[in-house]
Amino acid sequence: MKTLKTIARLTLALTLIAPIGGTAAAQDKVTLLNVSYDPTRELYKEINARFAQVWKQRTGQDVEIKQSHGGSGAQARAVIDGLEADVVTLGLAYDIDEIAQRGKTLPADWQKKLPHNSTPFASTVAFVVRKGNPKGIKDWNDLIRPDVQVITANPKTSGGARWNYLGAWGYALQKNKGSEAAAREFVGKLYKNVPVLDAGARGSTTTFVERGIGDVLIAWENEALLSVKQLGPDKFDIVIPSVSILAEPPVAVNEVVAQKHGTTKVARAYLEFLYTDAAQGIAAKHYFRPTGPRSLAKYGGDFPKVPQFTIDQVFGGWAKAQKTHFADGGVFDQIYSTAGK
Amino acid sequence: MSPALPRRVAPSTPRARSVLPGVRLTLGFTVAYLLFLVIIPLSTLFVRTARLGWGGFLEAATSPRAIAAYRLSVGASVTAALVNGVFGLLVAWVLTRYRFTGKSIADALVDLPFALPTAVAGVALTTLYSQNGLIGALFAPHGIKIAFTPLGITVALTFIGLPFVVRSVQPVLETLPREIEEVAATLGADRWQTFRRVILPALTPALVAGVSLSFARAIGEYGSVVFISGNMPGRTEIAPLLIMSKLEQYDYAGATAIAVVMLLLSAVILIGAGLVQRRAAKRAA
Repeated sequence: MKTLKTIARLTLALTLIAPIGGTAAAQDKVTLLNVSYDPTRELYKEINARFAQVWKQRTGQDVEIKQSHGGSGAQARAVIDGLEADVVTLGLAYDIDEIAQRGKTLPADWQKKLPHNSTPFASTVAFVVRKGNPKGIKDWNDLIRPDVQVITANPKTSGGARWNYLGAWGYALQKNKGSEAAAREFVGKLYKNVPVLDAGARGSTTTFVERGIGDVLIAWENEALLSVKQLGPDKFDIVIPSVSILAEPPVAVNEVVAQKHGTTKVARAYLEFLYTDAAQGIAAKHYFRPTGPRSLAKYGGDFPKVPQFTIDQVFGGWAKAQKTHFADGGVFDQIYSTAGK
Repeated sequence: MSPALPRRVAPSTPRARSVLPGVRLTLGFTVAYLLFLVIIPLSTLFVRTARLGWGGFLEAATSPRAIAAYRLSVGASVTAALVNGVFGLLVAWVLTRYRFTGKSIADALVDLPFALPTAVAGVALTTLYSQNGLIGALFAPHGIKIAFTPLGITVALTFIGLPFVVRSVQPVLETLPREIEEVAATLGADRWQTFRRVILPALTPALVAGVSLSFARAIGEYGSVVFISGNMPGRTEIAPLLIMSKLEQYDYAGATAIAVVMLLLSAVILIGAGLVQRRAAKRAA
């Protein structure tokens, strides 16, 4: 009993002291929480270290940036449910839109606050094939050939895989003079060639790479380059299609929380830092395409040129794309309800 | 002769002074514990679902995809639990009755599915049972696909459920005196009769408990199954995946609707198993 009481008192004391200690320390040290999606762990580790130096030089203040990573949707739900992110850097704008709408911790027009749709670095959707490209896969239309097995994740559970789906759809629209029916047929055929729909993008990489299933993996270019480099340049090749989608993983200050923490200024500076040459160079090293024209000229040389359409141009933004294609009963579900019969 | 059973002793009359100290304290603690960990979380489930209204609930909970998912989840979980019932009993029997080298290692291995992170189990099982995997490759030439089919899902659920049966049955088997088998034999029972009429009735309550635990574990399993299931809509989509897919769309109410159905289905099956267990316990006693 006595120990119980002691523990209770201690806990109470700690909860009372903790916030006071936090504000007192805020003068010479500040902490930011960057809630991000899965494949940016290494990237932000490097960027954070660099930003800490820059911030120290500029203000004399130490900044520690904590990172949290997970599936983009799961991270957004955590923020909505109260995870106190100062900044969010997620895989698709839809997830930040939902934070704005449900969590109300940032304004609805958050994506207008920073250049390029608040996307400091982007990627595109590319193909990974087996070494030597034995099936001769060059473009999206090769993916619907009956002899080709395609690996991609389930767009209902994976934000990243939604970009893959939309890339295929946009290609088919362009090829068929904007015919929705033709695009639907094309995407339907493509998903008939998919033997496994993993729940997340990493899962489909494992299926393709470790289990040797499928002839082509649809992936973000940065993920494709990273996995080829890590898992064997002698085993895989990367194919860039004739046209692809500009994958925009956006960033935003989670304003209400930042205000509460008194971190608005440093959070903003942190996100602006992502657009500087220094950060863009780090991003390019991690296979993300820089978005600033100057950085693109400087660091973009390594990336093959590919005409890219954006989600706003072709689909009228995420909210619309989500509703038409990925909501329950949407086009993706229809593909499977007709395929199953 | 009444073998030790994993059931509580009937409570004495409330006024009788308990031997154990602190009845009120422990009782209060238990109630609070259950309240915060089980009752409140589960009731929010119902509250969230209630926001849908009856029509919305029916629509979310009875869509063809949801029904296919319940069928798959319940079917695979029941199959896995029954398979574990048979083979878990066998394992428990071997571990208690026979002596062999490496027995303690085998005994420890049984607990591994408890300890292993389920995602690790899922990835490992998928690697082994996919068409290019060590085990999958043996079956693939015969046209049997394991990973990415309901069969693969059942394999994963069997794996995670095994310890429940073994660990429920084992202690009962250990306390079952061997003399009663000898008595049965001297009374003229053959070995099959001894097993069926003497040993099995004593084991049944524990066995049923183990099988229902194995089922309960399987029905909610997500981590290991998503890797091996392949997640094809309408074919290999388990109910927990459907819940995740609804959450990805921020459809909290729809997700809880499916969760409520799963909860009720599991409750019905577990209560049924409880009744079987009680009857078996009475008969054995």
